[in-house]
Amino acid sequence: MSEVAGSPPAAARVPDPAEVVVRIRGLGKAFRGHLGIGRTVAVDGLDLEVRRGEIFGLLGPNGAGKTTTLKMLLGLVRPDRGEVLLFGLPPSDPRARARLGYLPENPYFYDHLTAAEFLDFYARLRGIPADERRVRVPRALERVGLGDRAGTPLRKLSKGMTQRLGLAQAIGHDPELVILDEPMSGLDPVGRREVRDRILELREAGRTVFFSSHILQDAEMICDRVAILDRGRLRWEGALRDLVSRNVRWFEVEVVGALPPDVPCERVSREGERHLVQVADVGRLARLIDAVQRAGGQVVSVWPRRETLEDLFLRELGRPPGRAEGPR
Amino acid sequence: MSAPAPARVPPPWAAIVAIGLNTFREAIRDRILYLLLVFALVVIGASRLLSLLTVGSEDKIIKDLGLSAISIFGVMTAGFMGVSLVFKEIERRTVYTLLANPVRRWQFVTGKFAGLLSVLVLNVTLMYAALAVLLWIRGEQPLALAPAVLLTGVELAVVTAFALLFSSLTNPILAAVWTFAVYVTGHLVWSVRLLGERLPPGFARGTCEALYWLLPNLDRMNVRAEVVHGIALPDGFLAVSALYGASYTVVVLALASLALERKDFA
Repeated sequence: MSEVAGSPPAAARVPDPAEVVVRIRGLGKAFRGHLGIGRTVAVDGLDLEVRRGEIFGLLGPNGAGKTTTLKMLLGLVRPDRGEVLLFGLPPSDPRARARLGYLPENPYFYDHLTAAEFLDFYARLRGIPADERRVRVPRALERVGLGDRAGTPLRKLSKGMTQRLGLAQAIGHDPELVILDEPMSGLDPVGRREVRDRILELREAGRTVFFSSHILQDAEMICDRVAILDRGRLRWEGALRDLVSRNVRWFEVEVVGALPPDVPCERVSREGERHLVQVADVGRLARLIDAVQRAGGQVVSVWPRRETLEDLFLRELGRPPGRAEGPR
Repeated sequence: MSAPAPARVPPPWAAIVAIGLNTFREAIRDRILYLLLVFALVVIGASRLLSLLTVGSEDKIIKDLGLSAISIFGVMTAGFMGVSLVFKEIERRTVYTLLANPVRRWQFVTGKFAGLLSVLVLNVTLMYAALAVLLWIRGEQPLALAPAVLLTGVELAVVTAFALLFSSLTNPILAAVWTFAVYVTGHLVWSVRLLGERLPPGFARGTCEALYWLLPNLDRMNVRAEVVHGIALPDGFLAVSALYGASYTVVVLALASLALERKDFA
């Protein structure tokens, strides 16, 4: 008999935004080298929590330990130390894995199957009855724009199509938690946009998304919180909105006309009557606007420059490894 | 915001059936299977020609060659396909998405085994059917060969289980070598006991005795000579041999599951 995984019935379950969906405590993993010689630390004392309904980005350069972390989360790799809990259960428990969907990095699937057979296989693995599969599989293909590719063998699909099919496999059973390993890697801008849209749709539907990426612009666009990992250690963790709202570092102002000499600003560039200047804070910005108006000039645009995720990323990676900083 | 669908933990057989069907599908879409099958059918057909070289025992030659072809090509199919069963899943990283589902590793091993065994059963049935037609045309009773074919099926189950175990531990080339070694020693296990009996009591003799009991006695599943020459099998021999083979298969599959359970898919 099928059973419903370790939770109250759906009707009674009210999604709680404070509920911790993924809990990682003191996680560590090292791999032995070839013939058992040498030892590479992949993850070192990682602590993380992902809450229900958020998009959480695990960021870091190649080799930072992102994929190993995700694999420990899925029970594919056993931690040397520490603990991973999904919905309060260890990943080895099928009840935990029944509630998630996963897309690996650069997915490669069974090329002897067609797109529809592929999704049907994963639906069978989850014990979805045949009549339900007949409805779900075409719907999942439609959802990722592959409705007309049901009978196409996987070996004939492009990389972007394969990625979309992989995403359909990961979300086709409507999981509560979706784990994506570098979902935008290797895709063209259209493909990246499609994947981003799907992830945002998942959040709209109240699902939790935990994904790894080294493409910072994508992460910045969609993540609620991020963690930066480097050489297996957590370097920064926090909400992106804190980062964006708190860290306005300077203003870029475009001025047409004469530039008053008495305002403390730094000119970046000049093209005829147009000046692009930087001012450090709001007070100086007000003084600049006032002075420009008095001199008969015109302020064309004011652009608050915040610290971007990339700035933070590069700054954190430039520091020697130590304790994780940032809002927790 | 919508409530997620209640997550189902499927019954254990669901994953086994799904993986088994996928393995079956993969195998029957593999050209190697057809190459081996066609070659086996050609050999069975050619046994009629070879029988012409003998005087008075044509039917025995056809039966002997036919049954040997079923066994040899069955073992080759089990070996060729079995040794890459798990390795290919790891190499192509398809195992990541598979085991991220509510699938236990023993279910993965069992499903893979069931899928390949289904292919082998189909294969053996086709080869047996070809041989039966050949014998039927000559007015012989093909059902008399059924015990030998049945035990060949049991032997293939043991060989497939070993191929799966080695495929979980190493690359296909080494797995093929080890599987072949098990197949050969499995048919020569009587000689290990014979050697032990000729040794003085002690460590060497004990080792021979232990090996005799540990190694699979595949010769127990070879009754081709008996059925070809119409020699009656002892009472219960068929059932005990089948039970022995099935038990051995379960133990080897358990070892394969254990090997995978401890494996990191890094």
